[in-house]
This record gives sequence, C-alpha cells and structure tokens, in this order.
Amino acid sequence: MSTVSSITGERLKIERSGRLVLDIPQVQLGQFKSTAIVGPNGAGKSLLVKSLSALLVPDSGVIKWNSTPADNNRRSRVGLLLQRPVLLNRSALKNLTYALRAAGVDRQQAGEQARMALETAGLGAVVDVSAQRLSGGEQQRLALARALALKPDMLFLDEATANVDPASTQAIEEQLKRAVNDGLTIVFVSHDMGQVKRMADEVILMHQGQIVEQSSRVDFFEHTVNPITRAWLAGEILL
Amino acid sequence: MQSFSEAFFEALRLIVAFDGDLREIILLSLQVSLSAVIVASIVGLPAGAWLATTQSRLRPVILTIVSALMGLPPVVVGLVVYLLLSNAGALGPLQLLYTPTAMIIAQSILITPIIIALTRETLADLYLQYREQLSLLGVRSTALIKTLLWEGRRGLMTALLAGFGRAIAEVGAVIIVGGNINHVTRVMTTTIALETSKGNLSLALGLGIVLVLIALLVNAAVLTLGSYGRPSEKRSS
Repeated sequence: MSTVSSITGERLKIERSGRLVLDIPQVQLGQFKSTAIVGPNGAGKSLLVKSLSALLVPDSGVIKWNSTPADNNRRSRVGLLLQRPVLLNRSALKNLTYALRAAGVDRQQAGEQARMALETAGLGAVVDVSAQRLSGGEQQRLALARALALKPDMLFLDEATANVDPASTQAIEEQLKRAVNDGLTIVFVSHDMGQVKRMADEVILMHQGQIVEQSSRVDFFEHTVNPITRAWLAGEILL
Repeated sequence: MQSFSEAFFEALRLIVAFDGDLREIILLSLQVSLSAVIVASIVGLPAGAWLATTQSRLRPVILTIVSALMGLPPVVVGLVVYLLLSNAGALGPLQLLYTPTAMIIAQSILITPIIIALTRETLADLYLQYREQLSLLGVRSTALIKTLLWEGRRGLMTALLAGFGRAIAEVGAVIIVGGNINHVTRVMTTTIALETSKGNLSLALGLGIVLVLIALLVNAAVLTLGSYGRPSEKRSS
C-alpha cells in the first residue's frame, strides 16, 4: 500500500439547508509536517477535515490522496481524531486491539502492538480499565493512541484538545510531536493560538466556508498582508 | 367450586410442595418460551441491527411491516401455523402439530417482530454515536453489525426479556397448535384456561401466581440491566 504524502481537494462544495457552507477551489496539504486550521465557529473547518479524510463526501469536488481519489482500501493510511473521543464499551487494551484487528493485523500482533501503543501514550496503568471509566483526558489520549497505533501517514485532528485539561493537552502535544518526528504528517483544527504557535509549521485560516489564507507559521503570524487574517490576529470578531 | 381463600391456600401449598404436575407444566412452559426466544433472536437481532444501519430504500417499508407484525393477534398466528403443520399443509409431512415444537414455532413468529423492533431502536442510537468512528476504522457490513450487537448487549437483553415475557404469557396460538394435551403440550397459560373452566381453581391460581412471579422477575431483570447499562462514574483527570 503506497504512502499518502499529500492530500488535495479541488472544487469542494458542501451545501446545508440551501447555504454554501464549504466552497474551496483548491487546497493542498502535505508540504509541511504540521498544519493548523483556524477560524471562527462555523467557518467550515470540521467539514474540510472530514472531507479530506474521506469521512464525508462533499456535494461536489474531488479529494485526492497523492494523485488518486481517496478510497477505503487506504483507509488506515489517513486518520482522523474527533473532538469527542468515541470509544467502545470495553477495556483500553481491547479498544486498541479492535482497531488493529479491523485494519487486518493478526490477533497476536494486535495484542502486542496495542500494549506497546498504550505504554507509549502513558496509559500503561489503565490497560485493563474500561474505556468508559477513564477521565476525559485519558479517553482522548486513548483515542489518539488508537489512531497512532494504525500507523497512518497523515492524521487529522478536529479540536482534539478542546475538552481536555492542560496536563492532558501537554501529553497529547508531546505524543504528537514524537509521531511527527517519526514521519507522521498532522493537520489539526484548533482555537488555541498558543497551541498553533507551538505545534504548526503551516497555518490555514478559514472564514465562511472559504480558505482566507494558507501560509507558513512565520508568514501567517508575522508577515501577513491579508486584512481578514490581520483582523483575526488582532482579536476582532469575524462576521 | 372452591372458595377463593381455599383455592388460594391450596395454590400456595402446591407451589411450596413443588407439585409434580405443576413442576412439569412450569418446566415445559419455560422450555418452549426460552426456545422461542433463542429462535427469534437468531433472526431478530441481526435483522434489527441491519435495520438500524441500512440506508436501503426498503427500510421504511420493512419498518412498517415489522410494526404491523408486532400487533399480530396470537390466534391468527396459531391458525396460520396450524394450517401449515396440519396434514394438508405445506409442512404436514413433518408431523409437528400438537408438539412443543409447533408451540415454539408459533411463539417465535409472535415475538420475532418485537425483538427486531426493540433491537433496531436500541442499536439506532448506538449507531449514531459510533458511525463516524467505525467508518474511520474501516468497519463495515457484517463486522459493523457484530460490533453494534456486542456493544449494545445490555440494552438488547431488555429486548430478549420483553420477547420472553410476551411468549410465556401467550395462550391463543399455543392452544391451537399445541392442543393443550396433558403431559405433552400443556403449558401454564393453557392450563390456567382449562382448569378455570373446570372449576379447579387451586392449580389455576398456583400457576397464575408462578406466572406473575416470572413476569415480576423479568421486569426486575429489565430494570436492573437498564441501570447496569448506564455509564458508571468516570475516573478523575
């Protein structure tokens, strides 16, 4: 299975109740190892990451993983971590082995890889604890461990740290940095500008379903000439 | 004709002594109804799970049919099964009429729609919750249905118990296809009907008390499982 090193979207449009909520002529990801997508609520950030990760089929447009259309045969190559972790009603270990088995890993290897992934995520102490009984932060770390255990080439994160405490946020960021150093490309949606500055190499600003600016972190924060970006960075409310 | 108090105390005596006839009838009732629940589950659980997850255009039609079948009059089911199993019927050569198997068939037909409908209801909510994540993990079709059935197992016990409750309390269909033959197809409900008409109230009342106790136990089990299924307290961060 070929590595997915770039994702492009062309002429993406999504309508909801007769209103165009996503309208993107072209977007390309993968040139930077870590891209942040920012913007006000309702800007279309979640729709964009769900479309690019092939969880959602846009009303029109084409998504390509490398140069070919996104397909389910490469499902495990591109992951998405949702804002609210969805975990099965079984132990932390079994949540991971389930995901690995679904990806075609044999039973014994799945067990070993799952234990290793939990240890790496700092969840070694809760291996046999029901996922439903973990704290919110632990659940999100478990969901991240599950996503990373599948060894994706590219991982989207939709406000993955929005509902967790600062310690869990730090643990998640460290886990992600290690994964990026090991070759993973991440694209994360965030409202936390501090996190964007800490984690992103590239920033995309979205507003009213469109991409307003896509540039390197340095250009975005220090050299932007885009009036909407400047207003956003100045803390103004974008309407 | 016994007075009510005489009949009541005689009924209690029969229960406490676990009278042979009483025991035989109770065991046959449990055997028939539990078998019917197993048969109905084999069909109803996957069918309900499929209905909870499918986008098929036939879904609303099937849901309407299932809802209609939930209200099937038991005597009509008994009549149809009787016609199928009688010597002139399509399944006549199997010689199943007036056997416990015939009663199991009739009860299975009656409770399968209930199990399908309750399974669909339980798993539809669960599917909404898990749909995106399972899709991201590449889980589809059979694996998806298996996962939902396992994840919803506690809620589904309620569906099975509801089916059991309907089956064990059923009288119209089993009396037609079972014939209420002593020591062969006589179950609690048919015995109650027969013994009451004969004026033998003690046995009828004894079985009635057992039936009510079973109904109470089933309801208690449903309530316990319902509360057990709720998420327990989370660990602190």
